[in-house]
Amino acid sequence: MKPTDISAPDYFHKVVDCQWACPAHTPVPEYIRMIAAGHYSEAYLINWRSNVFPGILGRVCDRPCEPACRRGRVDKEPVAICRLKRVAADFKDDIRSRLPQIPVNNNGKRVVCVGAGPASLTVARDLAVQGYQVTVFDNGKSAGGMMRSQIPKFRLPDAVIDEECDYILDLGVETRFNHWVASLRELLAEDWDAIFVGTGAPRGRDAEIPGRQEAAAHIHIGIDWLSNVAFGHVTQIAKRVVVLGGGNTAMDCCRSARRLGGEDVQVVVRSGFEEMKASPWEKEDALHEGIPIHNFLVPKEFTHEQGRLTGVLFERVRAEYDAKGRRKLVPTGEADTHIECDEVLVAIGQENSFPWIERDIGLEFDQWGMPVLDPQTLQSTLPRVFFGGDAALGPKNIITAVAQGHEAAISIDCFCRGKDLAKRPPPTVNLVSQKMGIHEWSYDNQVSEEARKKVPMKGLDSALKNIKLELELGFDPRLAYAEAERCLNCDIETVFSPKICIECDACVDICPTECITFTGNGEEAELRGRLKAPAKNAGQALYLSDTLKTGRVMVKDENICLHCGMCAERCPTGAWDMQKFLLEMAQAGAEIRKT
Amino acid sequence: MTYLAKPKLIRPDTPKNALGYTRRDYEGAISTLCAGCGHDSISAAIVQAAFDLDIEPHRVAKLSGIGCSSKTPDYFLGNSHGFNSVHGRMPSVLTGAALANRDLIYLGVSGDGDSASIGIGQFAHVMRRGVNMTYIVENNGVYGLTKGQFSATTDKGSKNKRGVVNTDNPIDLVGLALQLGASYVARSFSGDKEQLIPLIKGALCHRGPAFIDVISPCVTFNNHSGSTKSYDYVREHNEAVNRVEVILPRAPITAAYEPGSLRRVVQHDGSVLHLRKLAEDYDPTDRIGAMNHLHERHSLGEIVTGLLYVDSSAEDLHRHLNTVEKPLNKLGDAYLCPGSQALAALNDSLR
Repeated sequence: MKPTDISAPDYFHKVVDCQWACPAHTPVPEYIRMIAAGHYSEAYLINWRSNVFPGILGRVCDRPCEPACRRGRVDKEPVAICRLKRVAADFKDDIRSRLPQIPVNNNGKRVVCVGAGPASLTVARDLAVQGYQVTVFDNGKSAGGMMRSQIPKFRLPDAVIDEECDYILDLGVETRFNHWVASLRELLAEDWDAIFVGTGAPRGRDAEIPGRQEAAAHIHIGIDWLSNVAFGHVTQIAKRVVVLGGGNTAMDCCRSARRLGGEDVQVVVRSGFEEMKASPWEKEDALHEGIPIHNFLVPKEFTHEQGRLTGVLFERVRAEYDAKGRRKLVPTGEADTHIECDEVLVAIGQENSFPWIERDIGLEFDQWGMPVLDPQTLQSTLPRVFFGGDAALGPKNIITAVAQGHEAAISIDCFCRGKDLAKRPPPTVNLVSQKMGIHEWSYDNQVSEEARKKVPMKGLDSALKNIKLELELGFDPRLAYAEAERCLNCDIETVFSPKICIECDACVDICPTECITFTGNGEEAELRGRLKAPAKNAGQALYLSDTLKTGRVMVKDENICLHCGMCAERCPTGAWDMQKFLLEMAQAGAEIRKT
Repeated sequence: MTYLAKPKLIRPDTPKNALGYTRRDYEGAISTLCAGCGHDSISAAIVQAAFDLDIEPHRVAKLSGIGCSSKTPDYFLGNSHGFNSVHGRMPSVLTGAALANRDLIYLGVSGDGDSASIGIGQFAHVMRRGVNMTYIVENNGVYGLTKGQFSATTDKGSKNKRGVVNTDNPIDLVGLALQLGASYVARSFSGDKEQLIPLIKGALCHRGPAFIDVISPCVTFNNHSGSTKSYDYVREHNEAVNRVEVILPRAPITAAYEPGSLRRVVQHDGSVLHLRKLAEDYDPTDRIGAMNHLHERHSLGEIVTGLLYVDSSAEDLHRHLNTVEKPLNKLGDAYLCPGSQALAALNDSLR
């Protein structure tokens, strides 16, 4: 195996599992340390730079960081990263004066964003601070997009959305709300330097089974129903409700129904419980509110009597996997199940829809009706038109929309300045020793042995009575500190200098997780098997040094290093050092350094 | 050295031994020795050996004297018995304990000062008497705790940190142990755990006085060029006579070796030492041959390591004294002191 090149930004970036997993690559451990220190405003600003909506994401993010968290591999549960983000938002001071200012003179370029969701607002922010004149169109009456229209208020209050959207709109972004863009052709005819499309995936998939038409008055598309609830058009629901679907929208639907008078609310899913698309914590929340989830039932028919819905008929299925591991749901042959209900919410998926984009203006669509895009630059086949968020590569989540917004903003900036879009500005990377003294590091290297803290919640009695009452109270500062201390500081890297190593084995002996081995070099697969503790997680790198004096090499399995710094403390020569790796993604306006 | 205890979080796939313990269960308090001290590596080797042998921690008694080396029993086998005795007097205390309770595994840990200077008389007699024990000397050839004076095992011609040359002749503890009747004699190096761990395991299984001289560089006072006990010097001059593998009685024999390359030595408890020969014509059961080999190689400037001598049929102190199988401390008052009538009867029988 070749010695590891630690100067490649990706190497240590991958060791910071949470940051690597975050689509926007938020420097998670860095802000968690700020929270532990009580520097909430600083923690908020680190977040704000990367993910734009810390208060919103601290409540409703899909949190790809948490399954990736190293703590989850050595402890029962990962660090509650998402809820710590909310702590930063809850306890920060007024940070308005610390937000970037827009340049005194704008650069004369005009960019329009269609839709005022997370992707568009990210583009607007990144470009506004670079001197662009950005205009946002949306058919709603305020900014936020699906964050406002589809996420129930008991999970995400309007005040949080207002605050974080305003930070962006206050950067001189022009808005035209209640404005439906009916034609891209017309928009192209106006003199915009670039057009960004962030219109989301606005169409809910329907269940086309018998009885759908006859009982139509009692069957609602989930996302439409949610937005009617969000804007107060719907304020009640029947007592018995069936929610079809197993994604996060289904969870929002059932929990909303429970708050609007639904007493007997049930969720019915085609797949098994484990394979459901909803995040585990959202399923947990639904179960906590007394909502049963039925699995392996495929809807067959809406039963009705004289235009009144009486229930839904389901076929029982089981999962079979073929040789390639693909799942097939096959009927079990058992009798069909009938669940009685008065109303049905259909939350079985979302689709893109671009009725306002003419198909003869040179913007190509693929066979699935999605715009043809360069996946890196997000530029469409019309050079002036860029996509982002759910509208670009299909429905994902808010944090992905933000990440795509950043990329699109870089592309638009390059495009407007006549630069090559394919040459992406690299991230800025910093690697600095954290040594303060013989046993002193600038980070808290004592590993907390506490279990994950639960977020305090309001009592269900009051929570189920008011759909606008936020359920979670959030961590208080003491709980936040305890939770923040669980972070293993994976961005404080173990950096090894082979030239000054005397091979005394002190690091090998002290390492609590037996990550370090001194041995002869070999091929990676073979080497992994003969380390002090076999490195079975192939997704995690081996850190291999240059050849040492004895002809051996130092091999460190990055997999479950606790970043406790014990190796560096026990090293007599300072061959091990703990160095903070800080990677910040480039944003619009970043220059490519000449090398 | 670090002030923090090792985090309790461990790998989820941490191996457990037959008793259900992890390696971490055999560790002790966090070491307060200098970072990089060879003694810490020896502690880690003892931990590994005890783990591998499935030793119940409460069946081990660790005894030591005074010095850096003698502090180490605090850093391994934290759930075992320990006794930190007077400087150089560990062998007497160990002998007494071994006589009182023959059921425990005795592990004496000492240093070159503790054993070769102030305690050399005690060292000689504990070997001579054949006490059943494992006696490890963590030999760094320097008085580290008093800031770097030459010790009794410093080689003649070796330089101290400020360049002063040692003019005294060294004491070779391995030579002494061989001469005085130790029945398991080995030398190793703290920087070579592959060699050290099996040697410790073999010694712990051995019945009789087992002695291991472990060269253990002092990173603070004796790891410079000109020292003969530095990491670099020992690595360059290390000549191993064999490699040992300890096969426990219950383990199935799986490895196949070429005939002639391997020597099997069966110990009292049924454990088997597999000795893979590295030096031509070296016979580890020949005591006089071993002494000759050591002198010969020493004059060439080599440091001979490995299992130098083993007598698997040796007898220990309890056999010499013909004591009962049951430990003396468990016999009970009535048995140990049968009363004046029994004494009178005994006296009468001798009249």
